[in-house]
Amino acid sequence: MLESEAINVERMRADFPILTRKVHGKRLVYLDNAATTQKPQAVIDALVRFYSTYNSNVHRSVHTLGEEATAAYEDSRKKTAEFVGAKPRDLVFVRGTTEAINLVGSAWGEKKVKKGDVMVATKMEHHSNIVPWQQLARRNGASLKYVGLDPDGTLDLAGFESLLREAPRLVALTHCSNVLGTVNDVAKLCSMARKAGATTLIDGAQSVPHMPVDVGAIGPDFYAFSGHKMLGPTGIGALVARKGILEEMDPFQTGGEMIRDVFDDHSTWNDVPYKFEAGTVNIADAIGLGAAVDYLEAIGMERVRDHELRLLDYAFKELASVRGLKIYGPTETRSRAGVISFNYADVHPHDLATILDEEGIAIRSGHHCAQPLMRWLDVPATSRASFYIYNAQDDVDALKAGIVKAGGLFKV
Amino acid sequence: MSSADIYREIILDYYRHPRNFGKLERFDIASRDTNPLCGDEIEMQVKLGDGMKIEDVKFTGKGCAISQAAASMLTELAKGKPLEWVRSLAKEDVFKMLGNPDLGPSRVKCALLGMKVLKTGAYGYLGAHYDDPEEPGLR
Repeated sequence: MLESEAINVERMRADFPILTRKVHGKRLVYLDNAATTQKPQAVIDALVRFYSTYNSNVHRSVHTLGEEATAAYEDSRKKTAEFVGAKPRDLVFVRGTTEAINLVGSAWGEKKVKKGDVMVATKMEHHSNIVPWQQLARRNGASLKYVGLDPDGTLDLAGFESLLREAPRLVALTHCSNVLGTVNDVAKLCSMARKAGATTLIDGAQSVPHMPVDVGAIGPDFYAFSGHKMLGPTGIGALVARKGILEEMDPFQTGGEMIRDVFDDHSTWNDVPYKFEAGTVNIADAIGLGAAVDYLEAIGMERVRDHELRLLDYAFKELASVRGLKIYGPTETRSRAGVISFNYADVHPHDLATILDEEGIAIRSGHHCAQPLMRWLDVPATSRASFYIYNAQDDVDALKAGIVKAGGLFKV
Repeated sequence: MSSADIYREIILDYYRHPRNFGKLERFDIASRDTNPLCGDEIEMQVKLGDGMKIEDVKFTGKGCAISQAAASMLTELAKGKPLEWVRSLAKEDVFKMLGNPDLGPSRVKCALLGMKVLKTGAYGYLGAHYDDPEEPGLR
């Protein structure tokens, strides 16, 4: 394939065994990619290969299997780091974005956030980028304040600037909203936050899988993402840190692997990133994530982004003709990711999801782990369709037909 | 069973025009619960009359057609019954009111939210504790 060539969806779909299954006798139309993505055969094979040919613990066993497992695990760290423009030593493997943020909240936050300090998040954060800071604020006597949104679902820049004048200790911000699809200009926002003296954490769970991301160019102190949303296995993700900051932090979990020496009454810590990887790490899934990175690199992230933007344009055009359907978030597709949250007349999202499921269509319904955002939108829930590389116009057509069917049942 | 059987006319009617929707000025029992997975929410108030009978019951809430219709139908069923009757209320009674739709495990929780709220309130008033059998840990 040429770099400029569009993704060949038919060929792509053949790589995903799950896409051959039927749901209620219908072709599976999987539009819940913001929740988790399907896995290509290459990722499944990497897991099977590990367990069936070189399963072993890493870093300590000097036998052949141990050497192979260690090499594959570290190779995966290198690939994953380079995928987002980072150095391997600045990447800690974690369970996912949530654990990455909890790690920072604990290992960085306990030491650095003091009584009376202000932390700043936004109204479009996932609960995973709210609750760890809430808890830290309670423990340390700090406060958590929120940047509001403009009516189009983009960040209120004036509000952000005014909160920066309070000299916050931390700015925690999503790269891309899992509900509105809003893509934040994180490079600019990080630079503003840094000038105000704040440490920055970017939630990259919805951006790394869908667009080129260069953490070095964005310039945050911390950047977190999950493997399972980018074709990789569940239970593996990454925390990327600015050079040097991990060294200043206390450990997160303690025990084996993360130590240098253990004495009866005290211990010393291993080098980074190992200092933050206590216990036997998730070797198989880290290797699986490496395979997912290989798969995405072979396609090229520019093309992934381009594919989703085209699909987004098509979906906006098609859904605009459904009367009573309201889409939330920016109307300009260039400033969004392939996530469409909507409500349809008075059909509750759960009822819509049930009706669509009968047609083999998987969407998400509910609050999407973003209750403060739901309150801002003044809705109890939304329906959400989210795209990936194996989706095409036929999926959007199926979605539209399903919504029209629901409209018939509910006599909208 | 298809969604056409789930979303029958009567379910949609109760969803759009819920009976016994609102708040009581005076009540003896009040209880509220949410379904954390989907944010469905039901609050119920019960006023007791002579012989511990359910003299009046009203509910408020928001959520899907199934949760709201089931709660509304349940208030109609409960009115006039002795409070003790709530103990014998079973999930099958709720399914029957809804026309025995074929609901998946996650939607069953929507259907039973109203019953859970009524039972939690009534059991508490009767000095008992209601363990929701639909909670995964108790199944």
